[in-house]
Amino acid sequence: MSASANSGVAPVRRFSGRSKRVLPGFGLSLGISLFFVSLVLLLPLSGLVVETSGMSWDQFWFTITDPRVVESYKVTLWTAFAASVFNGFFGLLLAWILVRYEFPGKRIVDAFVDLPFALPTAVAGITLATLFAQNGWYGQWLAKLGIEVAFTPLGIVVAMAFTSIPFVVRTVQPVLEELSPADEEAAVSLGASDGRVFRKVIFPSLWPALVTGVALSFTRSLGEFGAIIFIAGNTPYVSEVTSLMVFIRLQEYDYAAASAIASVVLLASLVLLFAINLWQGRYLRRLEGR
Amino acid sequence: MDTGHRRVGDQPWVRRTLIGIALLVALFMLVIPVVVIFAEAFSAGWSTFAGNVTDEYTVHAIGLTLFVAALTVPLNLVFGTALAWSVTRFRFPGRKLLITLIDIPFAVSPVIAGLLYLLLYGRNGWLGGWLASHDVQLMFSWPGIVMVTVFVTCPFVARELIPLMQQQGSEEEEAGVVLGASGWRIFRKITLPNIKWALIYGVVLTNARAVGEFGAVSVVSGNVRGETNTLPLHVELLYQDYNVVGAFASASLLAAIAMLTLVVKAFVEWRQSRPIVSTPEKEVS
Repeated sequence: MSASANSGVAPVRRFSGRSKRVLPGFGLSLGISLFFVSLVLLLPLSGLVVETSGMSWDQFWFTITDPRVVESYKVTLWTAFAASVFNGFFGLLLAWILVRYEFPGKRIVDAFVDLPFALPTAVAGITLATLFAQNGWYGQWLAKLGIEVAFTPLGIVVAMAFTSIPFVVRTVQPVLEELSPADEEAAVSLGASDGRVFRKVIFPSLWPALVTGVALSFTRSLGEFGAIIFIAGNTPYVSEVTSLMVFIRLQEYDYAAASAIASVVLLASLVLLFAINLWQGRYLRRLEGR
Repeated sequence: MDTGHRRVGDQPWVRRTLIGIALLVALFMLVIPVVVIFAEAFSAGWSTFAGNVTDEYTVHAIGLTLFVAALTVPLNLVFGTALAWSVTRFRFPGRKLLITLIDIPFAVSPVIAGLLYLLLYGRNGWLGGWLASHDVQLMFSWPGIVMVTVFVTCPFVARELIPLMQQQGSEEEEAGVVLGASGWRIFRKITLPNIKWALIYGVVLTNARAVGEFGAVSVVSGNVRGETNTLPLHVELLYQDYNVVGAFASASLLAAIAMLTLVVKAFVEWRQSRPIVSTPEKEVS
C-alpha cells in the first residue's frame, strides 16, 4: 500500500488545503472512482448521444412532438406535480411529529417512512393496484364516493406519491432537528400566536429544505415506472407516462424513437438534478456561515 | 407552568390533531400496503403459498435475483468506499462535479437506464456489435441484468458514507500517518470502525434495490421464464397472468427483504446514537 501512498502525495499537495495532504490513497481511490464513473455512468450516456445524433432534426422533432408522446409529457408533469405537492404537505407533517413530539410507536413510524425506498417498485405497483381496485380495501369505499383511482391518472399520482414521500421527510427532518429553540421561545413568550411564529420564525429556516425535498420527489416521480404501470391502466392519451412511452417504443424495436423521447426526459431530469445540487450547495454554505 | 420554554405546537389539542392526522396518513400510505401484501400472499392458505414459493420458475427467479445481488453489492461497496474516501479526504478540481455525477442514477428513470445499456451493448450498439462478432452477448442475458443493476444502485454506499466521513474529519487518520501506520492499516483500524454502521446500511440499501430493481432490468432481460426472469419480473409475469395470489407470494419475499432493510436501518441508527467508547488510536500504535 505504501506505493499508492507515495504516488498520492504529489497531486494532493498541489490541490489540497491545509492538513489534507498527509493521508495516503489519493491516486488509488480517485482512480477507482473515475474508472467506475466513466465506465458505468458516462460511457452509456454517450451511447444515447450517439444514437440521437444519428437522427435528422426533423425526424427527432417529429418523434418527440408526436401527439401521444406530448400527451404523456402533460400527464407525467401534472401527476408528478400533484404528487410532490401532496408529499410536501404530508411529508412536512410527518417530519414535524417525528421531531417535535413523543408518542407510542414513534420509532416504528420513523422506520416505516423508508418503506417506499426499500420496497421494490413492482411490488408497490401491484399492491396499490390491488388496494385501489373496484373491490379492493380502499377502492370499494372510494367507489361509494364516486372516486376512481385505479386505471385513471389519479392512480399515477398515488403511485408517485408513495414512491417519493421519503425524500421530503428525510430532507426536512434533520433541519427541523437542528432548529434552535431560542428564537421560537422568545417569539412565543412575547405573545405571538403559534401560526405567526411558524410563518415568521420557523418556516424561513425550513423552506429551503422543503423545496429541496419536494424537488427530489418531483424528479423521482418524473422517472417512475414500476409502481405506475400496474395502477395507471396505461390508456393512450389519458394515463400513459413518458417512461412508459420509452418502454413501448423499445418493445416495438424503434430504438431511435425511444432514444429521442428518453433524451427529452433525461435532459429535464439532469437539469433538475444539477439545479437541486447547486441550490443545496448555496443553501448549505449560508447555513455554515461560509 | 413553565411558559418560558413553550414551543410552537405544544398545546395538547394541536399536538393530538397533528399526530392523529400524520398517523392516519402513515397507516393508509405505509402500513396497510405491507399488510395487504402478506394478506394476499396467504389468502389461499399456507400450502398454496408454499406451493407458489417452491414453484420451479419462482425458485429459479429467486436464485437469479440473489446471484445478481451477490455480484452487484461487492462492486458497489468497493466503488462507494473509494469514492467517499477520495472526495472527503482530499480536495481536487472537479470534486463537486464528481459528487453530482454520482447522483445521476437517482435522477435517471430506470427505463432510460436500461435503454442506455441496450444502445451501447445491444446487437446494434457500437460496443455490442463488436462484442457480437466475438460471440459475446451481454444484453438479454444475466450480464446485462448485472450491469444495469450496478448502474441503478451505485450511489447508495457513497451517499451513506460521504456526509458521515465529511463530518468526522480526518484528524484520527492523520494521527495514524504521523505514527507511521500504512494506508491500508489506517483504513482498517481507524476509518472502518468509524464508518462501519453507515457502510452496513449502505450495503443493505444497495442490496434491497438490487434485489428489487424492475424498470431497468425489464428492458435488458428479455423476460425468458426460467432463464432471465428475476423475482420482480416474475411478480409482473404472474400478475399479468391473473395469478394474483402467486404474484403476491413472490412479492411477499421481496417485501420481507424490505422489512429486514428497515430493521437494519433502525438498528444502525440506534448504534450510531450511542456514544463512542473505543479508542482507535491505541489499536494503531
